[in-house]
Amino acid sequence: MSSRCRIELALALGLLAAGCHRKPPPGPPAGAAVTGAPVSGLIPGGAGPPAGIDPRALPYYDNADAVVQGMRMYKQMNCAGCHFNGGGGIGPALMDDVWIYGGRLDQIYNTIYQGRPNGMPAWRGRIPDQQIWQIAAYVRSMSLPATLAANTGDTPSQHPAPVPREADMHGGWQLPPGTIGPAN
Amino acid sequence: MKTTLILLASIAVVGAMPLAAGAVMDFPLRQTAQPPVPDAVPADEVFTREQIGHALAPPTPGAGRTVAPAAAAPRDDGQWLMPAKNYAATRYSAMNEINPSNARNLREVFSFSLGVNKGQEAAPLVVGHMMYVVTAYPNYLYALDLTHPEAPLKWRFAPDPVPASQGVACCDVVNRGAAYADGKIVFNTLDGQTIAVDAESGHQVWRAQLGDINRGETITMAPLIVGNHVLVGDSGGEFGVRGWLTALNLADGSIAWRAYHTGPDRDVLIGNDFHPFYAADRGTDLGVRTWPADHWRIGGGTMWAWIAYDPTTQLIFYGTANPGPWNSEERPGDNKWTAGIFARDARTGAARWFYQFSPHDEHDYDAINEQILLDMPFGGRMRQVLVRMERNGYVYVIDRNSGQVLSADPFGPVNSSRGVDLRTGRLIVNPAKETHLGQMVRDICPTASGAKDWNPSSFSPRTGLIYIPHENLCMDWENLEANYISGTPYVGAEVHMKPGPGGHRGELTAWDPVMRRPRWTIREDLPIWSGTVATGGDVVFYGTMDGLFKAVDARDGHLLWQVRLDSGIIGQPVSYRGPDGHQYVAILTGVGGWSGAIVSGALDPRDGAAALGFVGTMRDLPHRTTPGGTLHVFALPH
Repeated sequence: MSSRCRIELALALGLLAAGCHRKPPPGPPAGAAVTGAPVSGLIPGGAGPPAGIDPRALPYYDNADAVVQGMRMYKQMNCAGCHFNGGGGIGPALMDDVWIYGGRLDQIYNTIYQGRPNGMPAWRGRIPDQQIWQIAAYVRSMSLPATLAANTGDTPSQHPAPVPREADMHGGWQLPPGTIGPAN
Repeated sequence: MKTTLILLASIAVVGAMPLAAGAVMDFPLRQTAQPPVPDAVPADEVFTREQIGHALAPPTPGAGRTVAPAAAAPRDDGQWLMPAKNYAATRYSAMNEINPSNARNLREVFSFSLGVNKGQEAAPLVVGHMMYVVTAYPNYLYALDLTHPEAPLKWRFAPDPVPASQGVACCDVVNRGAAYADGKIVFNTLDGQTIAVDAESGHQVWRAQLGDINRGETITMAPLIVGNHVLVGDSGGEFGVRGWLTALNLADGSIAWRAYHTGPDRDVLIGNDFHPFYAADRGTDLGVRTWPADHWRIGGGTMWAWIAYDPTTQLIFYGTANPGPWNSEERPGDNKWTAGIFARDARTGAARWFYQFSPHDEHDYDAINEQILLDMPFGGRMRQVLVRMERNGYVYVIDRNSGQVLSADPFGPVNSSRGVDLRTGRLIVNPAKETHLGQMVRDICPTASGAKDWNPSSFSPRTGLIYIPHENLCMDWENLEANYISGTPYVGAEVHMKPGPGGHRGELTAWDPVMRRPRWTIREDLPIWSGTVATGGDVVFYGTMDGLFKAVDARDGHLLWQVRLDSGIIGQPVSYRGPDGHQYVAILTGVGGWSGAIVSGALDPRDGAAALGFVGTMRDLPHRTTPGGTLHVFALPH
């Protein structure tokens, strides 16, 4: 066994039970990951009904434990090395309201699970699904007014507020505030 | 330190212009309250030069005139074939058409958009009547024809690096330039390739894949071509990579030799010819034994900046980066061969000597800065030396043949150490500024990016001075637990940077290496992250992070001319003779790099620890400049 493998196994995470081969994560079969979380606001043929939230996300709303566990995992899995306390570095900021691939909880989950072409690693199979959802909940919490209000000093996101379900009522993409809609 | 600065009144006028309180516009960029830049560290928190500077002998300026060795700095032919200008790394152009009396007439003659709005750190090259520029990722290589006044584009080479490489580049997606030899332009890509392109046609000659992004390896440095070898090192000290320097054959890109910077002697190319000056560097397999078990495999010691070469002895000189992780408590020992300098045989890579600037580095003091080769008077006679403006805060003068430190003097704020013990060569660490798990140690100077980072100094044989572009920053640091997961950051520290004594964040210091003191200093509000170039007309050029390109008098630092450009400057200025025989000065704009990531990466200023701790002290930068990327070329009217 390579030393790298040993070191990774030494991560006291209680995940990946044995060996360095990639075990499929528990949860839905492959291919089911993209339900209900579009990453484009452009829908050909006119906007249909907004896509519903991925039902797997629902337990992670209004869940104080999820964001705290997510924060722990976020630090342990080196998310902080790229995104720091939400301010960003190698990777983009997470505590602001700018989202390249969508800022809804299920969209964040998909970004972590699938990876993204410009440098986001794909964590699928490296972290159990439940923990990816917890990390996604923590990331979603970073920009909540309640989390921002709890920040003191120069190290934000240390007191994450639970993510209210109504925070993600939109269809994954919203018109910018103040957009003048078409005259009917 | 502050008390020793000779600050001319005229400089004070053009120096820092801090924004008046309340003068900051509320940018739509971020609808957020802006926390202020942290307060400066008090002046009495750092040591003075008199307290911690040491030398083996008092200055003897009468023993000779300081010059670069002729073999390493041949007579200037007006071209610019490598970022450092020559093997001695003087970055000195003998052109003297531009001088202190006419520099105010400088004007732009052409510009060229690079098409990449990231940190532009490269030096443009001038080969014959052509100019070559490498950009930040995606590392375009442009060839411009200087025989026409508008310098039209002759060709563009797009190497198409893997986009995911951006996710393992610690500090913006920069590139420090190309090199020319034998009809080829050679450069590196972020995803770990070295590529040779035919200078005339722009067609690829060869490419070699040296790094693996899934191990966290990237390449950002400019290659150096010595004889028939192309020298390339890796980046990734924040990802637990293992540092190396590789020599490729210029003809076909095949590997001639590779020297690792950690691990057993056979990997480090340490053999019978290795004779380090100090006892601490002698012994078998120190690259294994000065680490916890097996840690050398992920211990850092990368090589992402500058190499010098002495053709007379056929030795190359270059330094190694920080050990990983940043949390030093996880790697007890001296962590060889990180944070030090090697002399190697350029033909075989065999190590000749090594000196460790920061044994068991606790503060991210990479030792990758430039070394300038000089022949200078010391101890009553001429000595063949190299001078290092080191990240840990000292100017080191080292005998380049033996590796002996002749003098070490602080040039910026220092309290993390108390000087260098010149009997043992060892840095005297200040226990009060050592770093610990679960404890925020405050006001450590210099900061993680050093009293000076990668951006290179220049040397003028006319003044005998080294023009050091550097920072005046300190930091708070707390060790955290680091987890090694290959391809992800391996740091284990939270850092918050802050201005050093005086509150200004940057300085241009004209350093006298013989007298071991600054001749003059210019204070800049922002850190200086650009290189400098010195010229035969006694003019020195540099840029500021808010986009001013400046010309100052090499003799006294008087501002002669400045121009506001499109974006902040972190590039390397060069000066060359155009096909029409006139002197030109070229610089890339494009703010970014570690210090400018807050702008190039649109980072959130509310997180002071973002970008490895740099964001907090650069919070005002988004109000002062925007991303860009343009080549600008200047000349006198003619």
